[in-house]
Amino acid sequence: MRREIPLIITSFVGFLFVIRFFIPHEPFASMENTASSWIQVIKAFAIWLGILNLLKISGEKIYKKDKGWGFAAIVIASFLAISIAGFFFPFWETRTPGDSFIEHARKFQYPGTSFDWFYTYVYTPLSSTMFATLAFFIASAAFRAFRARSFQATLLLLAGFIVMLGSVPVGNALFSWLPQGWQVSDIADWIKNYPQVAGQRAIQIGIALGIISTSLRLILGVERSHLGGEG
Amino acid sequence: MSLPETPTPRTGQDFWERLAQLDRRIIFAFIFLALAIPLFFTIRQPIAVSPEGRAYFEAIENLPAGSKVLLSFDFDPPSSPELQPMAEATFKQLLTKNCKLVVIALWPQGPQQAEKALAVALRDPQFKDLKLEYGENYANLGFMAGDEVVIQKMNSDLPSTFPSDYKGNATLSLPIMQGVKNYKNFDFIINFSSGFPGTREWVQFCVDRSGSKMIAGNTAVQAPENYPYVRSGQLKGLLAGMKGAAEYETVVGKPGKGVSFMGAQSVSHLVVILFVILGNIAYFASRRKK
Repeated sequence: MRREIPLIITSFVGFLFVIRFFIPHEPFASMENTASSWIQVIKAFAIWLGILNLLKISGEKIYKKDKGWGFAAIVIASFLAISIAGFFFPFWETRTPGDSFIEHARKFQYPGTSFDWFYTYVYTPLSSTMFATLAFFIASAAFRAFRARSFQATLLLLAGFIVMLGSVPVGNALFSWLPQGWQVSDIADWIKNYPQVAGQRAIQIGIALGIISTSLRLILGVERSHLGGEG
Repeated sequence: MSLPETPTPRTGQDFWERLAQLDRRIIFAFIFLALAIPLFFTIRQPIAVSPEGRAYFEAIENLPAGSKVLLSFDFDPPSSPELQPMAEATFKQLLTKNCKLVVIALWPQGPQQAEKALAVALRDPQFKDLKLEYGENYANLGFMAGDEVVIQKMNSDLPSTFPSDYKGNATLSLPIMQGVKNYKNFDFIINFSSGFPGTREWVQFCVDRSGSKMIAGNTAVQAPENYPYVRSGQLKGLLAGMKGAAEYETVVGKPGKGVSFMGAQSVSHLVVILFVILGNIAYFASRRKK
């Protein structure tokens, strides 16, 4: 039964969403709404599961003094700091006159709160910095990997150059002698709107077909690997 | 992320071989300078507006005054240098058209990004004296977990999907939400996205099913996957990355962060291209020698 019940639920909900798509009337519309609410609840629990898992793994790392345990300690300390700032701020911050305690607690994300301070001055710059380092790695990887080794690679290289130049104003300024309508930005737009779109469509149609076939296998119970057993 | 390691230069290598194996820290240093130095200068460059960028502007411009617009903020701070300028300029254009704005978010950090963008727009002298009221002219319904399921559910019953707003008020108690049941009660939808759930899910679960009109602002990395939707007309306009933000600010006539950051982006693109050219010269020179 540990395998059959999840299979029945998967099959029922899967068919429900398919039927609802083709017959958007009662009782399927209400049933779909209920199923959607359940999915939302499950996804909200998944966030908690993720947090608990992160804390467990980090806690174990610190306990065993594994390599990089200091970073795990920072993860837990940061988690506790921002959680305390979010959950307990009503106890130390001034309440707006007329607000009940609950109304006051709901304003944990408002400008000027401790949570907002962490968000604006700690989380935002740190996460932006992490993302910005990508520019450095891309530059280094481009230097080593972007080589005109073959005709296809040369084509890719040229397209990359044009799109990179066309994405910044300096591209048009450097090649201002090109005729109107044939500026670097125009050629870059053409690459993005035609050859690129053709490739994207092929990829997306391929992905869609893959999703349909996998979904059918799941709904019909052919694919069972998600239950933890063999497929 | 796995990256190609810098090979250790061997003795007896000539100049081209050493160049082909350039220490990546040197590249990092050049990129750092290329990004940092232009930020200290005001570099004004004429910005060419792409057809998708112009379509984005015109889609809002053609909205009747007082239209009700739903905006979804599906991004977090790492993407804010690209998306926040778009959001700020979009709010300004919508407020110029006296539109009613309802904000939601499918990413937990979205509501705060929306609040920050709205605060910037409302500080603009043009709107400061209009006395725009929360709940009447704009509202932030906050974040809801569930990804694409939330988009799908809003098509049936939006107030039950977002029972209360960002401030804890009952959604149906807000004047702006009176008579709102689903997407059909909005004249237009705008999505700012940097991944999943984002523009693709909005097109698939909202536009295709409800027939709503939508435009989007994406990060440069994400935009290419949504170009097919622009070509097919499912998206009425698209802003791609910081260039998209700069284009839009130019068309709106309110140059902001997008335009000012283009200087740094221009120089860094040139440096990357220069390094790729150098890498290729070194590659061919050392190959000829062999």
